[in-house]
Amino acid sequence: MPLLQAKSVTHYFGGLCAVSDFNLDLEKGELVGIIGPNGAGKTTVFNLITGVYKATRGSITMNGHELVGLKPNQVTALGIARTFQNIRLFKDLSVLDNVRIAHYSQVGYTAWESFFHIGRYRNEEARVAQNSLDLLAVFKLDAYADDLAKNLPYGLQRRLEIARALATKPSLLLLDEPAAGMNPNEIMLLMDFIRWIREEFDLTIILIEHQMRLVMGICERLKVLDFGATIAEGLPQEIQANPRVLEAYLGEQEVT
Amino acid sequence: MTTFLQQTLNALQLGSIYALIALGYTMVYGILTMINFAHGDLFMIGAFFCFLGATFLNLPFIPSLLLSMVGVAMLGVTIERVAYRPLRSAPRVSAIITALGVGIFLENFTLVFFPYPQSVPTLLKTVIWNIGGVTISNLQILIIVVAILMMIMLDVIVQKTKVGMAMRAISWDKSVVPLMGVPLDLIISITFALGTSLGATAGTLYAIAFPVIDPYMGILVGWKAFIAAVVGGIGNIRGAMIGGFILGIVEIMVAAFMPSTYRDFVAFGVLLILLIFRPYGILGKPRPQKV
Amino acid sequence: MAQTSHPPLTLRQKLTQLWEKIATNRRLLPILLVVGLALSFLIPEFNLVNPYVQLIMMYVGINIILTLSLNLINGYMGEFSVGHAGFMAVGAYISAVLTTQIFARDLNPWLFPLAVLAGGIGAALIGLIVAIPSFKTRGDYLAIVTLAFNMIVKSVIENIEAIGGPRGIPGIPRLTTLPWVFIWTVLAVWVIRNFIYSNHGRGVLSIREDEIASDLMSVNTRKSKLLAFTLSSFFAGIAGALFAHVLQFISPKVFDILKSTDILIMVYLGGIGSIGGSILGASIFTILLELLRPLGMWRMVLMPLVLVLLMLFRPRGIMGMREFRWFVPIDDLEATRRWRARKEAGDAAASS
Repeated sequence: MPLLQAKSVTHYFGGLCAVSDFNLDLEKGELVGIIGPNGAGKTTVFNLITGVYKATRGSITMNGHELVGLKPNQVTALGIARTFQNIRLFKDLSVLDNVRIAHYSQVGYTAWESFFHIGRYRNEEARVAQNSLDLLAVFKLDAYADDLAKNLPYGLQRRLEIARALATKPSLLLLDEPAAGMNPNEIMLLMDFIRWIREEFDLTIILIEHQMRLVMGICERLKVLDFGATIAEGLPQEIQANPRVLEAYLGEQEVT
Repeated sequence: MTTFLQQTLNALQLGSIYALIALGYTMVYGILTMINFAHGDLFMIGAFFCFLGATFLNLPFIPSLLLSMVGVAMLGVTIERVAYRPLRSAPRVSAIITALGVGIFLENFTLVFFPYPQSVPTLLKTVIWNIGGVTISNLQILIIVVAILMMIMLDVIVQKTKVGMAMRAISWDKSVVPLMGVPLDLIISITFALGTSLGATAGTLYAIAFPVIDPYMGILVGWKAFIAAVVGGIGNIRGAMIGGFILGIVEIMVAAFMPSTYRDFVAFGVLLILLIFRPYGILGKPRPQKV
Repeated sequence: MAQTSHPPLTLRQKLTQLWEKIATNRRLLPILLVVGLALSFLIPEFNLVNPYVQLIMMYVGINIILTLSLNLINGYMGEFSVGHAGFMAVGAYISAVLTTQIFARDLNPWLFPLAVLAGGIGAALIGLIVAIPSFKTRGDYLAIVTLAFNMIVKSVIENIEAIGGPRGIPGIPRLTTLPWVFIWTVLAVWVIRNFIYSNHGRGVLSIREDEIASDLMSVNTRKSKLLAFTLSSFFAGIAGALFAHVLQFISPKVFDILKSTDILIMVYLGGIGSIGGSILGASIFTILLELLRPLGMWRMVLMPLVLVLLMLFRPRGIMGMREFRWFVPIDDLEATRRWRARKEAGDAAASS
């Protein structure tokens, strides 16, 4: 059984079809890229998987669980985490708090225990703080634990966002344009980084990206979207040679 | 049937006053995405300007109305300049709290000079006609006509003139429009002048219809008009008119067929239920949040 | 030990040092609490200050509870609730009905805590209902819901003859005493602080920062909103109950939108998202209003001006989003330092 399976997922905004008939069979451990021009519906696919939007038609399953109709926090609890195109950290909270918040569903004490700081509160909080700081250390962010997230430099904010996503203990990670705003050198480092977290955290990854260098470098399989429709899929080298993809990216004249 | 017609007329009278105030809220919101909580008190100041003009200057109706409109517009523009403009880039809530502060200041400042309710001298002789059992006074007609005239004027300004176009453009995108040569500050000042003078008109008309005024009169009326603006779809000018009239109708109908103490309860309840079914108001459209 | 000569400290540095000493000395806090509790008994017993000042002290305490509870919604959760007096009214009326109509008069002093608690629970249940619209609507629209809620509560009370209708309830026994106010205030500060520095509280904070991201980080935002509204309205109800039994007379007019505005002002004066700020805001506002009393009516003109000036020059209030270290649980404050110490110890053990 595939880890994530999307079957003819279709989504409309009002009358506008943002994603049409999207299909995906994702095996455990794969690293798949979704590419396509601006406005092709790539981020919408992420929003449909994570429950930010409810698919108009179709079904998405994770390990056999239906995701369509679940709220985002329930989807996250099933082991799907994501980052955002334009970083969405909890800016006015500390780096540590950003990661602690992502532990929310793993903390097992009730509201009453939080009102009076009794029962499991102490042990659970100690555990969450320990895990969060350990995770930050893995990402070399522990030195900034008490700083506000908004005061981190841009590159570290991107890294923190990934650390925060991993704190939810996902088996599937969705990366939305992780290379945005990076120079070629940084992109090389990012590729190593993505390979590394994949190994280290035993992840399956879907990646949305514009940077061809990154996509061609690490993705094992690609899907190409244009105006919501899947226009091609296959190995990176096949995609590079596909005339429909060139057409979508470069305009018609180049092909004819 | 006659009672129904009678009440409809009363509802139109009250509704047009609410609509005029709601317009001021909605215009400022549309352009600054800020709730001008002092607006209800500017309505009160409008009533007091009319009172001052009529009592101390012995002005007749039209000059009193003009005095009130000009006076309140100047006050409104000054308030924007002094208290709101420096906060344009501050957290949104700071501006709202400032507006609350300005409102309380206006109330209590007026209270110092007029600690007791004042009665407004009769500006127009009341004439009452009886048509098929429905009593109509010239004041009612005047209020409805003046209000509708003002609304038509505003609609023309916003839809047809260059200033109106600039206002609509700014409410669409505040960061890009100034780059295209639209004088942001001037347009915002004009918006305040227009919005507050409509509030002043409402104050004057209110003072004529219910000639006992006090410094706190703007609070409840203002909050209600604000809710009317939200029900119509805040930021939407035609929505504010519709919201105002709906509120007027609900209030009058409740007062006509139920004990009058239920008026506020039912009015707010109906508005809440409307909001549950149309969370962005009757004419408002949700702006999708980008993820 | 080598002697190094320090340049003499300036007054400012000395004060900073002193402040550091006070702020980091956590043993001072329990001492202050015990002294405070003792004083709250001794002051009325021996009339250490005149009754008028005692009255102001009680109002300060009640206003701290109100400000902190509203700050939970407006500051920590980042919503804009404008009808807090509605919850206060529920607590005030429930407790006043209990003490004037249900409880036996001579048992009142003993049953008073029960009446206050009932007021809080009643308000909390209403808060649960008001929280539901917050699932779908935000910002200005939620503000309307809370505003309408305030007006509806007032209107409902006006229409129930059994509790006095528009005339209100006179002759409420003066059961609120300085020790009670002190105990409830400390309890409110403690519980709300505990909540904020917990998993559920962090959920509330993340809603303020970015609700969508919060949801996607597994936070149950609905549950967080319910908890925040319930806790907030519970303490507003408690404050209302205490208030009714100081004032000894309540009517719907006492809990109108002006009262809500007062609470809003205290929150934003002290600063959003701060316990210390709430205490400062409530105290300064209450005391300043009393100090300005000789100005007569001009006092009410001056007060909003002060607020406007504060917003212009310090839009986040006195303590906006900052906190005195005293109010941060020690485990939270020290989490990073302790972790680093453990790690260094571990590294040292590994290398030896």
